[in-house]
Amino acid sequence: MAGNNSSGKKKSRWAAGITPYAEMGYYDADYDPKPTDILCAFRLVPQAGVDPIEAAAAVAGESSTATWTVVWTDRLTPYEHYQAKCYRVDPVPGTDQYIAYIAYDIDLFEEGSIANLTSSIIGNVFGFKALKSLRLEDMRIPPHYAKTFQGPAHGIVMEREYLNKFGRPLLGATVKPKLGLSARNYGRVVYEALHGGLDFTKDDENINSQPFMRWRDRFLFCMEAVNRATAASGEIKGHYLNVTAGTMEEMYERAEFAKDLGTVIVMIDLTIGYTAIQSMAKWARRNSVILHLHRAGHGTYTRQKTHGVNFRVIAKWMRLAGVDHIHAGTVVGKLEGDPNAIRGYYTTLRSNKIDADLSQGLYFEQDWASLPAVMPVASGGIHAGQMHQLLHLLGEDVVLQFGGGTIGHPDGIAQGATANRVATEVIIQARNEGRDYLNEGPEILNKAARWSPELRKALDIWKDVSYDFESTDVPDAVGTVTVA
Amino acid sequence: MRITQGTFSYLPDFTEDQIKAQVRYCFDNGWAFSIEYTDDPHPRNSYWEMWGLPMFDLQDLNAAMDRLDECRKAFPEHYIKLNGYDRTKGKQTTMVSFIVQRPEDEPGFSLDRTEGSDRRIQYTIRSRSKSAN
Repeated sequence: MAGNNSSGKKKSRWAAGITPYAEMGYYDADYDPKPTDILCAFRLVPQAGVDPIEAAAAVAGESSTATWTVVWTDRLTPYEHYQAKCYRVDPVPGTDQYIAYIAYDIDLFEEGSIANLTSSIIGNVFGFKALKSLRLEDMRIPPHYAKTFQGPAHGIVMEREYLNKFGRPLLGATVKPKLGLSARNYGRVVYEALHGGLDFTKDDENINSQPFMRWRDRFLFCMEAVNRATAASGEIKGHYLNVTAGTMEEMYERAEFAKDLGTVIVMIDLTIGYTAIQSMAKWARRNSVILHLHRAGHGTYTRQKTHGVNFRVIAKWMRLAGVDHIHAGTVVGKLEGDPNAIRGYYTTLRSNKIDADLSQGLYFEQDWASLPAVMPVASGGIHAGQMHQLLHLLGEDVVLQFGGGTIGHPDGIAQGATANRVATEVIIQARNEGRDYLNEGPEILNKAARWSPELRKALDIWKDVSYDFESTDVPDAVGTVTVA
Repeated sequence: MRITQGTFSYLPDFTEDQIKAQVRYCFDNGWAFSIEYTDDPHPRNSYWEMWGLPMFDLQDLNAAMDRLDECRKAFPEHYIKLNGYDRTKGKQTTMVSFIVQRPEDEPGFSLDRTEGSDRRIQYTIRSRSKSAN
């Protein structure tokens, strides 16, 4: 990289050989981002001796037009237009990290393609030797680009109107054990949980079509369970049938079958890839089936603070790609999640116009231009006794998934489901009545447990469960909001 | 059976004060309050009968409860639900919807199965209520 071997004497821009990226136009402190630009905030740690501005310019260069050496063929283009421009580099106090802000002209990207967007922005730069580490923290997607995507197949409002469920979090459970149940036994869990009061049950991410349970058998038994529970309760019920498979053709086949059986929702895993997700989102809108996304695999690149891609960026890509549900953290459960960072993810998924707010890790404003909202899903180690905290932290437009917290109930799955539903409704009632439900939560739940033996048992058995570990990824304590 | 549609169906039936508290919540949020009734609470019945228009400007709790009483008197054996509607941009939908009256004996639903080829079953949920048949 040029930053290591530039001797200080400025060469001509077009001299053959290696010129610092900053001098080639990839850094411009005076650049005023256009409303149509795609903006990125990268957290970078340069190698020892590498100037941070040059490192940031290199990121801009390598994620847009540049290669490692000067090429005369740049002169056949209005290269100034196509060059990404780093316009600001801020040190992160007390660390060796910097936040680099880079603007990309909208012409750099194909309309409606997450694959193209990501191949540009995270395509090559993350292995760059001159950087110790690099993390994409946030992106501003201008409405001009957002509007080239379908967006969520249905969105939160349509989902609620379709399901006829208003004013409270939706409740779900993942069938456990996640592997090994026969299709008939699996459907039993679905029926009990839905009949007991949950709105949804869910396949796990790795339930696809294994030797112990093939997809078609699972779909048939699950839909028997869903319809039985719907008739028994007079409420719409659903099971996320996971259609994830090895090829698009197989996924379409499974999704079509699920639709023919009358399911309200199907599910895919993040591991199928961005293009497959966009294809399934189009299928879901065309066929009036809600699309649930499990973020399988994301922890491999979202969790570490100094390298990878922040989950809020994945959340933005998935809102563009068009899923209706996405797992986005619980704060109080068993999986990674700082409360402020998670608030930022939920805001990103649910709001329409969002202001920059570094306390939530939101580096930029974001105007979704009425792209439908994505329903966040909170899953992993949560239970009825936390209902007041969950409502306080996550709000009511959320699916709360109690897997163990339903199926692990000592009296049975239906009783576990009822406990969760009673807890939800009683906390919503208290909130609407204007009570301080967060502080009075335990008292409100205990009072309901006097007439609900299901809730009583749930509160007793899980009363000591909490996961107090420090998060590996929290927004920076100090920082200033960018004006861009 | 007890149908469990609505925001609060798993709680014991609300007292008059508890209903009022929820109506006040609608008023405080600026949501239009409405009353609907039916004797066919099929899960896919999106259009219960409207007891008058949504009350966009009403802020009087007692007046709201009077309207509910009128509906109860006219249809003592029907389901009645109260809704709060938010017209603000991006919402434009129902924000709360809960049943405040049920028939003494809830007839529930039957599940019809039509068996097709390769184990496929077409399901139809039928209301057992009189008017639905």
